Amino acid sequence: MSEMNGKSEIEKKISHGIEAAAAANKPLTAEEQATAGFFKQLLGFWVTFRTMFKKVNTVNYPEVKEPTADRFHGRHQLNRYDDGLEKCIGCELCAWACPADAILVEAGDNTEDERFSPGERYGKVYQINYLRCVFCGLCIEACPTRALTMTNEYELADDKRDKLIFEKEDLLAPLRLGMIPAPHPMYPGTTDTDYYRGAIKGPHPDQEVKK
Amino acid sequence: MSTSQLLGTDPGWIILVKGLIVFVFCVLCTLLAIWAERRVVARMQMRLGPNRVGKFGLLQSLADGVKLALKEDLIPKAADRIVFVIAPVISATTCFISFAVIPMTGRVSLFGHKTAMQLTDLPVGVLYVLAAASVGVYGIVLAGWSSGSTYPLLGGLRSSAQVISYEVAMGLSLVAVFIYAGSMSTSEIVAAQHHWWYAVVLFPSFVIYAISMVGETNRAPFDLAEAEGELVGGFHTEYSSLKFALFFLAEYVNIVGVSALATTLFLGGYHALPGLSFTENWLGGWFTMVWFVAKIAFFFFFFIWLRGTLPRMRYDQFMKFGWKVLIPFSLAWIMIVSTLRVMSQRGTSRAIIVAFTAGVVLLILLISTLFESSQKRAEKRDALGDVPPPSFPVPDLARFTHSELEQRNV
Repeated sequence: MSEMNGKSEIEKKISHGIEAAAAANKPLTAEEQATAGFFKQLLGFWVTFRTMFKKVNTVNYPEVKEPTADRFHGRHQLNRYDDGLEKCIGCELCAWACPADAILVEAGDNTEDERFSPGERYGKVYQINYLRCVFCGLCIEACPTRALTMTNEYELADDKRDKLIFEKEDLLAPLRLGMIPAPHPMYPGTTDTDYYRGAIKGPHPDQEVKK
Repeated sequence: MSTSQLLGTDPGWIILVKGLIVFVFCVLCTLLAIWAERRVVARMQMRLGPNRVGKFGLLQSLADGVKLALKEDLIPKAADRIVFVIAPVISATTCFISFAVIPMTGRVSLFGHKTAMQLTDLPVGVLYVLAAASVGVYGIVLAGWSSGSTYPLLGGLRSSAQVISYEVAMGLSLVAVFIYAGSMSTSEIVAAQHHWWYAVVLFPSFVIYAISMVGETNRAPFDLAEAEGELVGGFHTEYSSLKFALFFLAEYVNIVGVSALATTLFLGGYHALPGLSFTENWLGGWFTMVWFVAKIAFFFFFFIWLRGTLPRMRYDQFMKFGWKVLIPFSLAWIMIVSTLRVMSQRGTSRAIIVAFTAGVVLLILLISTLFESSQKRAEKRDALGDVPPPSFPVPDLARFTHSELEQRNV
């Protein structure tokens, strides 16, 4: 770094890059054209001919499905704790973060008889409108409980507009082995804070709702 | 018995059958050509191309044809209705009729009748093909004019200028063939190439024809008449449905047509490759058609290859190339060919012929050297350094050489 020269290292590097780019784009002189032009044209023919025998880039899509990138922004998913309670607390932060106004959340109160999530409230109505969603992922960043994440599923086309408004049951993560479907009470002897800290590793037999 | 005498004995129903065969051949060629073009260009761009309809997508063009036929047929309000309807018909009919004189096989037997697979044999057959091709341009010009719209008009004008310019070079390239074959009849030209193909003997003519047939058919890199970047769809911008399909058909039949003519005039027509002439008797002579189709396919691949490789030429470059390069070059070539031909016919001694050839080569070298030095002088003269500065403010042009300025389009 020499401030004395009036140019920082970065500035020098940038100006060097511009010069290099200018040199690369410099048009051929008349003599260069006269000697190289014809054979360069023939070279082009060789390029296209050779390309015919290269492996094609086409993916035969409906028959062949290539996996997406790991972090591909696909359809959303509403996650559960390991005992089956929903993570969503109905805070609407996702809806507020959404730049396309694609998310509608209405919260409901958890009661002792009917508990969907730890804590006071749960997402009673949860809709995502995939005609509006731009898959930016700001809702995922906004979610305080990691209730909302995105899957890699990208086949979201349909033939009716109302089919593309996904309800809570469309978005809710499937129950894994041992999970008890909500509503049911919290793990005995725990508070919602234990849930948020990830202390719950599975269901307790007492959580089964007696009928 | 010559081919024309042989064809003269055809009864009416054989002529009808042959007409049908020619028509079906053209349509089939078009369907396969469109498919082949899309597949091959796709390969050149590392894609697969259409592979959905039928095996390998072979029926794609058929499906596209059905789709086009079912589309709404629009006629713009400003269009001249009658001419607008006639134009595609002119295009689509003239492209077929040139096939009447193309010999597709040698002597064969068709339903027990001894004949050759050629509809008719005119003494001026090649001129007939050229005439049919020129009438075909009317389809394009009239389509452009009658659409009542700017882009089609420009496209139609471009294409007429283009086809007229390249027809001159094309006609001139054929003159050498006529001189050597001593005939304009297609069957006699094919017969005259029994030993040596004219593509070898008259190589410069072959090259000129190959270039001008691309210009003649409005194909890339000479497809200025439908330059989509400039003219939307060119002459067929306003056309839809079956009328558009007719133009599409005409374009491809034309390609097959010029390829067939090139095969006939330069690649020995239906004759087998040298050394394989025993195959000409297979299937009672019908195997010659395989050679004919193979040679057309060769030309068609050349068309596709050009399209996959070269960008579209600018209009002025294109005209400059046609008028200032192709035509003078073919004129000079014809002079040389005719001189040599007359010499050999009069039995001039070999020494004189060699001397003449050497003289021509020397002359070409001399002219090219003079041309080069005059170009250098012109470049020096045009260098803007010597020009006195104008009285109004201009950018500092003297920093650039003439050729650089030309490239910047100043």
